[in-house]
Amino acid sequence: MKVFRSMVLVSSDPQSMLHGAEEVYQRFQAEIKAFGLEDEVTVSMVGDIGRHDVFPLVIIYPEAVTYGPVGVEQVRTIVEEHLYKGRVIPEYQASVRELSGRIAWLNARKGTVPAEQRIVLERAGLIDPTSIEDYILHDGYSALGKVLTEMTPMDVIGEIQKSGLKGRGGAGFPTGLKWSFVSKAKGEKKYVICNADESEPGTFKDRVILEGDPFSILEAMAIAAFAVGADEGYIYVRGEYALAQERLIHAIEQAREYGFLGKSLFGTSFSFDIHVHSGAGAYICGEETALLESIEGKRGEPRIRPPYPTTHGLWGKPTLINNVETLANVPAIIRHGAEWYRQFGTPSSPGTKVYTVLGNVNITGLIEVPMGITLREVIAIYARGMKNNRAFKLAQTGGSSGSVIPASLQDTPMDFDSYARAGVSLGSGALLICDEDTCVVDLARVLLNFFRRESCGKCTPCRVGTERAWKLLKGISEGQGALKDLEELLELSDNLYQLSNCGLGQTAGTPIRDVLKHFRAEVEAHIRLGVCPAGVCPMHEEIPASPVIA
Amino acid sequence: MTDLIVLKESLSELVKNVVEKHGASRAELIPILNEINRKMGYLPSYALEEVARLTQIPKSQVFSVATFYQMLSTDEMGEHVIRFCESAPCHVVGGRQVWQRLQEELHLQPGQTSPDRKWTLVTVSCLGVCGVGPVLIVDDDMYGNVTPDMIPEILARYA
Repeated sequence: MKVFRSMVLVSSDPQSMLHGAEEVYQRFQAEIKAFGLEDEVTVSMVGDIGRHDVFPLVIIYPEAVTYGPVGVEQVRTIVEEHLYKGRVIPEYQASVRELSGRIAWLNARKGTVPAEQRIVLERAGLIDPTSIEDYILHDGYSALGKVLTEMTPMDVIGEIQKSGLKGRGGAGFPTGLKWSFVSKAKGEKKYVICNADESEPGTFKDRVILEGDPFSILEAMAIAAFAVGADEGYIYVRGEYALAQERLIHAIEQAREYGFLGKSLFGTSFSFDIHVHSGAGAYICGEETALLESIEGKRGEPRIRPPYPTTHGLWGKPTLINNVETLANVPAIIRHGAEWYRQFGTPSSPGTKVYTVLGNVNITGLIEVPMGITLREVIAIYARGMKNNRAFKLAQTGGSSGSVIPASLQDTPMDFDSYARAGVSLGSGALLICDEDTCVVDLARVLLNFFRRESCGKCTPCRVGTERAWKLLKGISEGQGALKDLEELLELSDNLYQLSNCGLGQTAGTPIRDVLKHFRAEVEAHIRLGVCPAGVCPMHEEIPASPVIA
Repeated sequence: MTDLIVLKESLSELVKNVVEKHGASRAELIPILNEINRKMGYLPSYALEEVARLTQIPKSQVFSVATFYQMLSTDEMGEHVIRFCESAPCHVVGGRQVWQRLQEELHLQPGQTSPDRKWTLVTVSCLGVCGVGPVLIVDDDMYGNVTPDMIPEILARYA
């Protein structure tokens, strides 16, 4: 393989792209060429580097010097001074003090605050996602090698079970147990599917993993396939994630070339290959049986369960379906062992969790922290406090199927069990932090609008219930509400939970239930007093914009 | 009339190529429709009929799949399509005001195409770039951290 003297990484998360990362990247290529360094220095775009205050960021290895924010006009000087003459330019460096993410973890935070701990995002942003060689240099494929040459399928499942890893897609089902179900299912043909239909509003952790470290998912799927006895895999990526799809397809081609996918991996009798399947814009396809229908070329309408996919999945064959983040934990667990993994997080929810931090805070972005951190810590440490010093009112977790968490629960440890005891849910890992200027009726209306839109329409309670609940909330926000509406809303919420066929309908009522439990007075003010205390709701019917007359 | 026949012929050719590329199987139906939609901007009924004929999938099922997914459209879109994220993360950081301004500037309701066929305005669910909300996409260009004041400037780029 080709060896380079230096490596230049340019951040390409959405913020960096908006701040000209693409131009910076191109200028680097041009200047490196101009100085005749193209055989010595590589330059790559690396997605989210894990720092969300300076854009774009440029890291140069092996010195691990971080420059930022870097503009096009500084590129020539960096190439000339740093790469050509070997002199670091202190005045262009990003200040260490403000670093978050992995770099800060290495530099400053250890032992003082609940620091970030990157397992899932270990390589994202630090390696070139288009190079399998770079992945291999960073421990890539050592876990698969270990599995195929030293372990039996039962050993692998045993290790995952011991690690206590739980599904990171939202439901928190024990991963090892699911693997053992598929392993025990009868059948010659089995499938492994990676659910990358990440569509929960506010959640983009899987996108960052897929864009930043696609090989880790391929490796994890091969390990899972070996454990359950599958020889074919699918990655179902939502249609909107074009870059993630491109990176995966490229990664699969490279993996085939290097013999990490295909026949007789590592000289054993184990064969495995992966297809990428693009979604076409449907939130419901994240539900695992709807996802199966969609791969089969049908409308993404959930199946009736049981039977479960573990015995009757894709084309009726036993199928293992895991979320991207869940799979991304697997190689690290195999490499370091279950004991190592259990040192992170809490005893009942070991490991780390990737959260997207959003809303009315100073810094938004992605963090990976041990299970059990609290909302207060997230807001104060990672989000650098509330924007404009407004008061924290509520957080909405896990996209639209998550809970509405009032400020009074901000010291509850964020792990599956503690949250369940408090009557709320962790969901898929989005933390939408809202300040006092947020109206709960307005928020609930927006959330229900999402469900109304995304309901597949197969079962009546969900199709009709979400529409009705949205209409009632819209009425309240327009000053047309009545107190009896609140009883109807609660009943709808209950009916949705009890009678819907799948998770979408079952959780659609959660925002209603949470809002009426924690913020009932504010909702009633809309009805009794005819005012929106936060000053958000129109409180009168919106006048529709008049269409242009041609 | 001649024009229509030519159009149908080139459309048949396009559909045939796409179906051949992916293979005429049920599992490839969504990839096939995705590609035709990407190339044509929408799925004309004639194209759907051709897909049904070539893949031997009943027409009713091809139409039922084509109308299920949001990224597939059976309606012809305007020259430029504006997709506005209406999910909660964009909404609470100012999306509401951006949406109002967008409607005011274009005089369009969600789902409508302007009479001169220049603009189509649609709302979409979360696009997964919530760190920079409010977000809107014009054709293939993404705009983040959008404020109401930026709307006229963004629209002018497509004038």
